[in-house]
Amino acid sequence: MMPRHKRLFMVLGILAGVGLAASLALTAFKDNVMLFYSPTELAAKAPQAAERFRLGGMVEKGSLKKTEGTLDVQFYVTDYKHTVEVKYSGILPDLFREGQGVVAHGRMQGNVFVADEILAKHDEKYMPPEVAKSLKDNPPPPNISAGT
Amino acid sequence: MVPEFGQFALVLALLLAAAQAVFGLVGAQRLDPRWMGVVRPAVAGHFVLVSAAIGVLIYAFVNFDFSVAYVASNSNSALPTFYRVAAVWGAHEGSLLLWAWMLSLWTLAVAAFSRNLPPHFASRVMGVLGVVSFGFLLFTLYTSNPFDRLPVEQIPADGRDLNPVLQDPALAIHPPLLYMGYVGFAVAYSFACAAMLEGKLDQVWARWTRPWTTLAWCFLSVGIALGSWWAYYELGWGGYWFWDPVENASFMPWLVGTALIHSLAVTEKRGLFKSWTLLLAILAFSLSLLGTFLVRSGVLVSVHSFAADPSRGMFILGFLVLMIGGALILYAWRAPLLKSQAGFEGGAREAFLLYNNIALVLGALVVLIGTLAPLVNEALGKKSISVGPGWFSRLFPYIALALLTLVAIGIHAAWKRGRLGDSRGRLFAGLGAGVIAGLLIVSIGFGPGKWQSALGIVLGCWVIVSSLFDPVDRWRRKLTLPRAVIGMTIAHIGLGVNVIAISTVESYTIERDVAVGVGESVTMGRYAYRFDKLEPVEGPNYDGVRAEITVLRDGQPVTVLHPEKRNYWVQRSTMTEAGIHSKWNMDLFVALGENLGGGRWSLRAQLRPLIDYVWLAAGLMALGGGLAASDRRYRSRQAVESTATSTPTAPAT
Repeated sequence: MMPRHKRLFMVLGILAGVGLAASLALTAFKDNVMLFYSPTELAAKAPQAAERFRLGGMVEKGSLKKTEGTLDVQFYVTDYKHTVEVKYSGILPDLFREGQGVVAHGRMQGNVFVADEILAKHDEKYMPPEVAKSLKDNPPPPNISAGT
Repeated sequence: MVPEFGQFALVLALLLAAAQAVFGLVGAQRLDPRWMGVVRPAVAGHFVLVSAAIGVLIYAFVNFDFSVAYVASNSNSALPTFYRVAAVWGAHEGSLLLWAWMLSLWTLAVAAFSRNLPPHFASRVMGVLGVVSFGFLLFTLYTSNPFDRLPVEQIPADGRDLNPVLQDPALAIHPPLLYMGYVGFAVAYSFACAAMLEGKLDQVWARWTRPWTTLAWCFLSVGIALGSWWAYYELGWGGYWFWDPVENASFMPWLVGTALIHSLAVTEKRGLFKSWTLLLAILAFSLSLLGTFLVRSGVLVSVHSFAADPSRGMFILGFLVLMIGGALILYAWRAPLLKSQAGFEGGAREAFLLYNNIALVLGALVVLIGTLAPLVNEALGKKSISVGPGWFSRLFPYIALALLTLVAIGIHAAWKRGRLGDSRGRLFAGLGAGVIAGLLIVSIGFGPGKWQSALGIVLGCWVIVSSLFDPVDRWRRKLTLPRAVIGMTIAHIGLGVNVIAISTVESYTIERDVAVGVGESVTMGRYAYRFDKLEPVEGPNYDGVRAEITVLRDGQPVTVLHPEKRNYWVQRSTMTEAGIHSKWNMDLFVALGENLGGGRWSLRAQLRPLIDYVWLAAGLMALGGGLAASDRRYRSRQAVESTATSTPTAPAT
């Protein structure tokens, strides 16, 4: 084969490969990007039922209910303006506590957020940055402590 | 008084780093032996001073000096001595000091082992390292001084304790190893910058650079593996890789570093890929710095990012721009001078190493995109997003499988004129053996799983078999077996083992989250975990409960596991200590959740086949790298001879 032809084939092959890789990457990206919602944003404009997203806020004090002897839990996530009911079946992270920040992954089913993953990677002083930001954008009424 | 000595030593070290940079770079430019003569003493002094500083910090920790802010926030009188020492790098300020110390150690090693390099070249290398040191020490002193004192009235009676997740032997040595890898790439970076400043890059240069790069890569491999192992048993939930930003931050330099050591091989053997090698050397270190930036600035949510301070982030970002930007400008200016002359066939070893480089860099790109997309998005002022682990775990297997295929084929290719047809016999023999072994593992061992996993196992076997042909052949023909060949073989076997292990874990892990009461059990295949009892435990700085769980196989007891739930007093945090029993072919894992009421507890029970081989394989890779880096041809005398023979144009100084 002439070197020039060879180069042409190589370029075509590379282009095809790049195209395939790009389309694979785009679909993978679309499937795995999750938007973040605070309860207020959720009240304003809820995502579609099938969409998996991140919900972040504070776990409302006194809202945690466990079904005795099972892994089912239920609690409210709040940003002190709006509140969302969350259901989850599984082991809660060690740092999950009432009155503290939480981020949950899951979908809306009706008015209930059904979580498939709960993250609470923080200590008693630290909030997930997204939660901190959404509380800063919508400050809670002064009579409520943000738990920080 | 003592902590002030530490700070003083750091300031002096900063000045010496400046001297090292100026005399090294300017001296080499002026070819002035007196200027260049200053560099080595400066390096030695710099090392002594930074060592003194870190020694002072260790002293402050061991002696409970809570007047030092850093000690007060990361230690406690109940903390055992071992962890008091490890607490030195348990948080931001101290780990930067460790970073700086490691850099001074690498620089000292370069100073010691570069006596047979042309003096102006060695001087430039150490000069560039001096610039890096200067930047890091300035950062440490300016934004994150570990020796800052608390005002007298704020000195606490007792410290706030080391974060309980960090109170673990593997985590005590994980950061030092990881940093040795990160910082080691600074040496490759400096060699690249020095070559560009000289405007000359030849095969001898590649020979000097290779062992340093390989060594840094070895440390990084072990560091990453230890971190993964730690996450597995200490974070408590049985995952070994989360695609967490901090893990990604260490994985990207590893991928690019792997590309670099292979590209360097081509540059050494054939004088090719010169500018590509330079670019990779710059990238590997840039990604190490980016990793530091990601972890230390707290811009990303992560278990590891304990610092959330924007001024630090801005400083590192500025430093990053300077180091990467400077090197890239130098590259744009000088790389065109470094044209490679020789050509090669599409089936030659060079070609396969090029393809493998492309795959590795693509892999790094996938990780980079997933890690930075939320940041970029945020910077564009859009709604906050996150990229799930699915992005990585969906795309990465394709790249890994392609890479493995390339390794298995390319390993037989000859340099320069190699064609695929030449090694037809070995190719088919290897492929056949690999397929049979892989299918045997799949069918007898585990049964059908994900197709990627089956393919991964087959390809892993193929790589292992393929990498054995050459050394076995050499051995049978009674030829010499240089350490470089043995090392390469071991490292490639490590790669095969690693992929087989990951494929197996991903496909055949059994995991159950259940609620159980005493006397009840959870069944997984032939295994059953029986919850026997719960008892209180108490440690030096925590208390908690411990479960006793008997593992039965076909009804026969195999072992007893003791997962714990601990409450650390000082930080009032809860920790899960998993109970793990490692068998040769799988891990029996159980973690204790919480009290669900009604006498029941939540439990995570897992069977993870071959998981230990994931980390063992990393050890094999590092061992192989270490052997290869100690190959005879890198050792001094011969390097001098070849310098003399192959570069007669080197300016005499």
